[in-house]
Order: sequence, then structure tokens, then C-alpha cells
Amino acid sequence: MRPFEYARAGNVSEAGALAGRFIAGGTNLLDLMKLEVETPEKLVDITRLPLREIEETADGGLRIGALVTNSDLAAEPRIRRDYEVLSRALLAGASGQLRNKATTGGNLLQRTRCSYFYETSQPCNKREPGSGCGAIGGFNRIHAILGTSDKCIATHPSDMAVAMRLLDAVVETQKADGSSREIPVAEFYRLPGETPQIETVLDQGELITAVRLPKPLQGEHRYRKVRDRASYAFALVSVAAVVRMDGGRIADARLAFGGLAHMPWRDAAVEQALVGQEPTMANFDKAADILLAEAKGQGENDFKIPLARRTLKAVLADATKGA
Amino acid sequence: MRTSLLDACRDHLGLTGSKKGCDHGQCGACTMLVNGRRINSCLTLAVMHEGDEVTTIEGLGGPANLHPMQEAFLHHDGFQCGYCTPGQIVSAVGMLGEVSDGWPSHATDDVKDGASLSLDEIRERMSGNLCRCSAYPNIVDAIETASTKMKETA
Repeated sequence: MRPFEYARAGNVSEAGALAGRFIAGGTNLLDLMKLEVETPEKLVDITRLPLREIEETADGGLRIGALVTNSDLAAEPRIRRDYEVLSRALLAGASGQLRNKATTGGNLLQRTRCSYFYETSQPCNKREPGSGCGAIGGFNRIHAILGTSDKCIATHPSDMAVAMRLLDAVVETQKADGSSREIPVAEFYRLPGETPQIETVLDQGELITAVRLPKPLQGEHRYRKVRDRASYAFALVSVAAVVRMDGGRIADARLAFGGLAHMPWRDAAVEQALVGQEPTMANFDKAADILLAEAKGQGENDFKIPLARRTLKAVLADATKGA
Repeated sequence: MRTSLLDACRDHLGLTGSKKGCDHGQCGACTMLVNGRRINSCLTLAVMHEGDEVTTIEGLGGPANLHPMQEAFLHHDGFQCGYCTPGQIVSAVGMLGEVSDGWPSHATDDVKDGASLSLDEIRERMSGNLCRCSAYPNIVDAIETASTKMKETA
């Protein structure tokens, strides 16, 4: 690990002005610093900031402080009752020890687990812009099939972010100049394009202070994660779903996907194709056709295209079976 | 400044019970309790834990006063080489605290309900602790035994 300066932020307004890399749970950042994938000159410890509350909002939703741990969030009774898809997604991620450290804000900012990003002897446009992408034509079993570019085919690793995307969560931030703003998760992440090193719309020194959930969604909540081990492994494909039935037909369907792209993936056309339809495998296939119309395999990850279809159909069948 | 909580305990305080396996949060051999919750001590900086209460395997019990979890690992032969064992034991103690606080897991049928401790639950909740000797069946048995005993004496 390279040497670095350390500062502890005493209040939210000074955190950005301390001009360093924010560290909270540190479970991803310190891992990457040991490998010298990340080499910050200064760390700003934000763990003493008062951002650990979960409070109800005026519109019937919840505001989750950025420092609420993944464990505490998954176990929070209101999350388990009203946002089950989020609790399920959190519990599907990492291990008990990591969830006890990892925070809500930090989870959103996880870096990809692409092995070329992690291995500094290899080319990676995300780690070292302009050096090339080793995964294209290389070992790419875990890589993206949607929204890729010829510069980067990495996936976003978070389970939590997939549920946040489905729930239309809003990220609250404070910029280094003290001003604040709100960013819907739908607009928070960027596709790799020509600049895969830029992963979110956050500015330098902009601190995530909270994530706000709108009022709860009625319906059946599901989070299905397909991975190489039964526990403690990243998703090959994951599907978050909230489906509401009415009179034997799908009244509302919300779907978000992990493991497929550089960001949590959501496609309004997939959801619209299901609304008003009967829950049949033929209709689920039509939705999968729309989801995967532009899907592109890279060789080793070609299996993700049929796997995404099957996982989507299995989740929809399960979520509509009681109707 | 770069010193992890694990290195601070092992190299500076001489508390070598906690083990350094992968040093990347993947194996769980370094598990400690910080303010009662289990974490990977290799993946956090000592300087970030000023004022925190840290419990290592040495703090749970020793040869003269074994913790029920330590006794259960001995009774069930929950190890072979022993390298992962301190992390397994500390993690298991932390895990039982999470269960008694009603935290659900990925193996919980209905997350709205409180947690119970089936064998599947133990396996899921302990997935952050690897054992390369694969003593897993005996580790699961040890945790189940200790859980029952700790409930009786609580």
C-alpha cells in the first residue's frame, strides 16, 4: 500500500473541503489500496459524521443515512416489511463481516470486480485510461452483455444498487462548495462509453449524505441471485422484481438487473410489455426478448444471455404464482 | 497510518490469536468483534478505531476459562490445522449475537420474521469464514452446540 495522509472529518460541511478520498467502511477501497489499484494521496475518514439514522420522510418514504451499514439496513424492521426487495438484495451480498462494515453510500460506489481492473500488470481503461481492455478477447466470463463499449465491458458488482434502482431511490449529496443536490439512482451511474474511469455523475469532493426511498411499492418482492457459490459470491445474473397482480393479470411490474452491465440495469419497455398481460411463459419470453434485444456476448460470457432470460422468467413465474 | 487493525493487534500488541490469511477480507481468519459486531480486521485501519471496543479471540477466553464456543469447537473437533479457528470462533460468537438481535439472513424464508438457527442458517451466516481443511461439518455442529449451551446459561 502506498503511503497516504489521513484526516478525520468532524462535520459534513467540512468533509469535501478536506480534499481527499472519502473512506467509510473501507472494505472495497482498502482492498484496492493494498493492490495499488487505488492510490489516494489523502484519505478523509467520514465515519464520525452523523449519517447513521434511518428516518421517515414527509411523503411516506425513508431517508437512509449514508453511513448506515448494510447489516443494519437489511435488518431494519421497516425495510424488511415495506422494502423487502432491498433487504433481500443486501442479504445476498458479501459476508456477515463485510456487511457489518460496508455502508449504504460506499456500496453504491463499489468498483468492478473485473480481474483486469484488479491486476495492475494488465491493461485496463478503467484503471489506466488509454491502456486498453484486457477483458475484450480475454477472460470475460463475469462481464457485461448490455451497454458495453469497445473500451470497457466491466459490470457493477453491487446487489444493493440493483434494488435501489428498482425502488427509484434518490441519492442526496453535498458538494465540496457546501451546496447540496439530489440525484435519482436512475441518473447516478454512467455507461462506460469512451471514459470507463468515470463511473458516476458525482463531482470531485461530492459526499453522499443519504439515500432516500419513495413510499413503499405494493406487490410481491423478489431478489434472485445466480452465482457460482450458494453464498458469498458476486452475481453472474441477478433479478430484482416487484410485481403486483390484479384480476389474474399483471397490474404493475418493476424489474432491475445485476451482473449484466456497467450499472444496475432497468428497461422501461420490459416493464411496459408485462403490464396488463396474463402471467404466462410466452409473455415472460416477450419481456425477455425486449430486455436482451441488444445483448452482446464476449465469448466466455455468452451463457449470460440465456441465463438472464431464464432467471427473469423464473422470478416472474414465482412472483405471479399466487394470482 | 497504513496499519490495519489486524496488524496493530498482532504486530504491535502481541495478540497473535487473530490470523492473517488472505489480507483481503475473503477468508475471515482475521475476524474480530468491534463494539460487539464481527468484522474483517484486515480491511480496516487501526487509526479509524480510536475509542472502539475491540475483542479478539484472546478476549473471549483462554485455556483456563474457555468460552462455550471454544469448548464446543474442541468437543466437536471443529478444525484440523487450526489456522482459521480463531476467526471461526469469533465470527460464530458475533453471528449468534446477530441472531439474538433478530437479524434475517439470505437463508431466512421470510425476512419479516425473526431469525431462527437452522443448520442452513449457520452455513449461510458463516460463509465469510473459509476452512481449507474443510472441517465444515464439525464447525457447524460446534456452533449449534454452543448456541444451545449459551442460551441455557444466558
